[in-house]
Amino acid sequence: MASDFYSLQITWFKVVVFLFGLTILIVLLAPVLGSVPVSYNFRSIRARWTSTIVAILGIAGTVGVFVAMLSLARGFRATLVASGSPGNALVMRAGSSSEMMGGITLDSIRVIQDKPGIARDATGAPLLTQDVVGVIPVPLRTTGTDANVQVRGVSPNVLQVRTFVKIAQGRMFNAGLTELVVGRNASKSYAGLDLGRVINFAGGRWTVVGIFDAGGSSFDSEIWCDSKILNQVLQRPPNIFQSATVRLTSPSDFQTFKDAVVSDPQLNVDVSREVDYYAKQSTTMTTLITVLGGIVATIMAFGAIFGALNTMYSAVAERGREIATMRALGFSSWNVTLSFLFEALMISLLGGVIGCLAVLRLNGVTTNTMNFQTFSNVAFAFKISVDLLSWGIFFALVMGILGGLLPAIRAAVSPIAVTLREL
Amino acid sequence: MVKVDGSGGDSSLIQVRDLDKKYRRGGEEIHVLQGLNLDVSQGEFVAFMGPSGSGKTTLLNLLGGLDVPTRGSITVAGDEITHMSASKLTDWRARHVGFIFQMYNLIPVLTAYQNVELPLLLTKLSKSERRAHVEAALSIVGLADRMDHFPRQLSGGQEQRVTIARAVVSDPTFLLCDEPTGDLDRKSADEVMTLIEELVARHHKTVLMVTHDPLVASRAQTILHLEKGVLVEGGKSPQVVTAGGAS
Amino acid sequence: MRFTRIIWANLLRKKVRLLLTIGSFAIALLLFSFLGVVRGAFLLNSDIASASRLIVINRTSIINLIPLSHADKIRRIPGVATVTHYNWFGGIYQEEKNVFPQFVIDPENQRQVYPELVVPEDQWQAFLKDRQGAISGAKTAERFHWKIGDRIPIKTSLYGGGSWEFNLVGIYHGKRPQDDETQFWFQWDNFEERIPQPIKGQIGWIILRVNNPDDAPRIAKAIDDEFANSPNETKTETESTWVANWVKQFGNIQFLIVTIGSVVFFTLLLVTGNTMAISVRERTSELAVFKAIGYSDLFILFFVLAESLAIALIGGVCGMLLAKLIIPAMAKNLINLLPNLRLTTATLVYGLITAILVGILSGLLPGLSAMRLRVVNALRRV
Repeated sequence: MASDFYSLQITWFKVVVFLFGLTILIVLLAPVLGSVPVSYNFRSIRARWTSTIVAILGIAGTVGVFVAMLSLARGFRATLVASGSPGNALVMRAGSSSEMMGGITLDSIRVIQDKPGIARDATGAPLLTQDVVGVIPVPLRTTGTDANVQVRGVSPNVLQVRTFVKIAQGRMFNAGLTELVVGRNASKSYAGLDLGRVINFAGGRWTVVGIFDAGGSSFDSEIWCDSKILNQVLQRPPNIFQSATVRLTSPSDFQTFKDAVVSDPQLNVDVSREVDYYAKQSTTMTTLITVLGGIVATIMAFGAIFGALNTMYSAVAERGREIATMRALGFSSWNVTLSFLFEALMISLLGGVIGCLAVLRLNGVTTNTMNFQTFSNVAFAFKISVDLLSWGIFFALVMGILGGLLPAIRAAVSPIAVTLREL
Repeated sequence: MVKVDGSGGDSSLIQVRDLDKKYRRGGEEIHVLQGLNLDVSQGEFVAFMGPSGSGKTTLLNLLGGLDVPTRGSITVAGDEITHMSASKLTDWRARHVGFIFQMYNLIPVLTAYQNVELPLLLTKLSKSERRAHVEAALSIVGLADRMDHFPRQLSGGQEQRVTIARAVVSDPTFLLCDEPTGDLDRKSADEVMTLIEELVARHHKTVLMVTHDPLVASRAQTILHLEKGVLVEGGKSPQVVTAGGAS
Repeated sequence: MRFTRIIWANLLRKKVRLLLTIGSFAIALLLFSFLGVVRGAFLLNSDIASASRLIVINRTSIINLIPLSHADKIRRIPGVATVTHYNWFGGIYQEEKNVFPQFVIDPENQRQVYPELVVPEDQWQAFLKDRQGAISGAKTAERFHWKIGDRIPIKTSLYGGGSWEFNLVGIYHGKRPQDDETQFWFQWDNFEERIPQPIKGQIGWIILRVNNPDDAPRIAKAIDDEFANSPNETKTETESTWVANWVKQFGNIQFLIVTIGSVVFFTLLLVTGNTMAISVRERTSELAVFKAIGYSDLFILFFVLAESLAIALIGGVCGMLLAKLIIPAMAKNLINLLPNLRLTTATLVYGLITAILVGILSGLLPGLSAMRLRVVNALRRV
């Protein structure tokens, strides 16, 4: 229901964005379009610098939170979307919403590996990894309490299937032994997963023989080992795996492979591109963070607009005499409005830039959370992109327009004589 | 009786001896009052005149307990105010002084009634008792029918009259006026001065007033000039009045 | 209070500014409430967890099962009052996004271990009698508009697959507002009967109630010792510890929320402080008159603080009303993502206290400067 609500707003959103964009563009051209000198605005801002700073900080704070939360959501999504290659296909039991719940027999895998579209290595063996997936408790370095870390039993040739994974330190595990290779982020986030260390789980002693780099994907938060050994150790039924991932001869051969597999009556499986599968695994958390962040940013925006309104109204009030004089001298209402809006935009622009700069330091900072959908802990990083920053600035400018409009209009229409007389 | 040579004796209401006031302005030390003496009996109406910068307002501030002298003593109704602590001075002011400034007297967001009531809120009087006093004060100044008006709804002269009502409502020992007619037109100024004269004549108030306007000063019983840091008697002779007029 | 009229008159001096400042407070309070609610949802309102209950899971992995026989062995440990077991079902109702917790329960011992989840006696009896019966928590039933007597189909690819159909015979309510009312229960016997032979006789986790909470550490150790070095080693913790650790896996939500909250707090302080400062600056001569008349310095401070406090209180109360209006509606829309959004009185009260704090602080500096104002300077003629 939350996603329906969300998508309904998209068209309206585009219209509103366009209108604001147009207004902002016109106002930013005030130095050219309007006759009130811009230096007046800058000097006025300097003269009332305490109030101005307050408005700037209000907007900066809002923009900062906005960008931070969206970059958190983006980062989470990016991690999962980056998981997987478009040249790989993932096969799971039909009807499973995630690997953890899947189950494919060894027999089925033998049928699958003969299907067209699968790349082969130099010896002609199919590039396929059959994965056993589980979670084990490993203490988080930050809190010392256990996190459910994803452990993946893979085939020894997995690096030829998941070509984006490279061994960064140490070496790959040897088949048949209780050896582990650990993802970069896993090693950083969980205690005891350093190169050469030995950890205990499932009644066995496992040595960390290598650390791998999976390009910032969710695999970086995983522990890999030999699938046959893991299966035994986790006391799973023998010869049953959670998923199989194949390397396609080329990404465009996906459909060929899929058709062949799905149409085979012996098999009861679903086939998807590896990237699509992982992207789907991120939807809940991404939506959650986006929605929560959106709500927080919206509420803060209202607050910031109120703050901006307050500042601008005070500005208009304090400069009442100047404004009346300008208008008495012949500057039209339109020019006065434009001038004040320009001032509001300058203030909010500065606030937006400061807000963006403040959170820029978060870019790349890693944090972790539990992905509801896969039940396992995933490390991910804040991902701030240029387009996100642009949205942040745009957001600031919108707040500036909203905060400056009413006061600007007020400046333009209050009766001149009254204002001059009052003073 | 008004004396400026320090020979007033103990019967005066206000007794100032050897008053010195120095202050710094832009790095320079200015010795504005130098050994000033003053005695004023109850019921007197005194006007202080002098050139601009002579210290008239400073003297008024000192008499009203708004400032502290560098040296000397000020005694009002037997209380020596020069060494009182700030909080005691505040209390003292509430009970003994009524102020009438040139402008900014009334609080714009309060009605005439509420403005006049202000000094009484510091007392222990009940609401009805306060009402009695306020209405009486407003009647004296002839504005009882305007008590629910806001200052912006009153003319300049009416505003000053409300100020006078506020100044007398708590029955202070004396009134201090600093250019009470400064911003007003001739007619309103006249109204205000008539009122002050009445307060002295009929209600036996003691009034000390600073002004630069000789016509206004002439309404007082005694005119004193502030020259070289001390007070000098000027009487009502036209020559002196004209000479001390420019300010 | 004799000075209320003056304070009020001063507040109303600039109505637009007053409204905007009150609005800022209201918005800030709304935000604080929202943050508090999100925090509560992630912390699972940890006060639901009990120190008298212990949770036993498979030491190797939380998703590994343990044999049913473990439950019997645990029953024999001294100090253990009642033992019950749960299996996580995790099927799909209609669409994948309709997520709610589905559990296979042991009816015999359920109510003794979880007495705070209450089922009307007649519904419970119906449940016992109907092998295909199911009981739903009130929140989930409300979400999908279920009524007693409905037939609920749930699909799964595990446990032999297929569509499992249940008769909704009961709806449970939590005794306290923080109790979880989203669970869906059905019978162990039903489950055990239907699942394939290889996976029979295994449970997901055991929950037991102990007679004395102080005994909990001893009993936890006894349980884990009992099964140490067996193929199915256990890890036993009190429910409170378990929930706390679970929550920590969500990363530092606490930190994030506190950071945002602080940013908002300081911004609000800044904005309101500035407004108060401007308001005081505009009134220097009036304040001087007050002092001349005989109002003490402390009094002036009181005036200014009273104003800022009044704004904070009014804004705070408006914010509370806004929160009470908006947040439950939000919670309804977010139920798919975050089921436990609940606005507690505590959250609102904390928010109000924060608002009052800001009110006092924002009036303090302007008030102090007003206090120190010298009448002679303020009334100096131009």
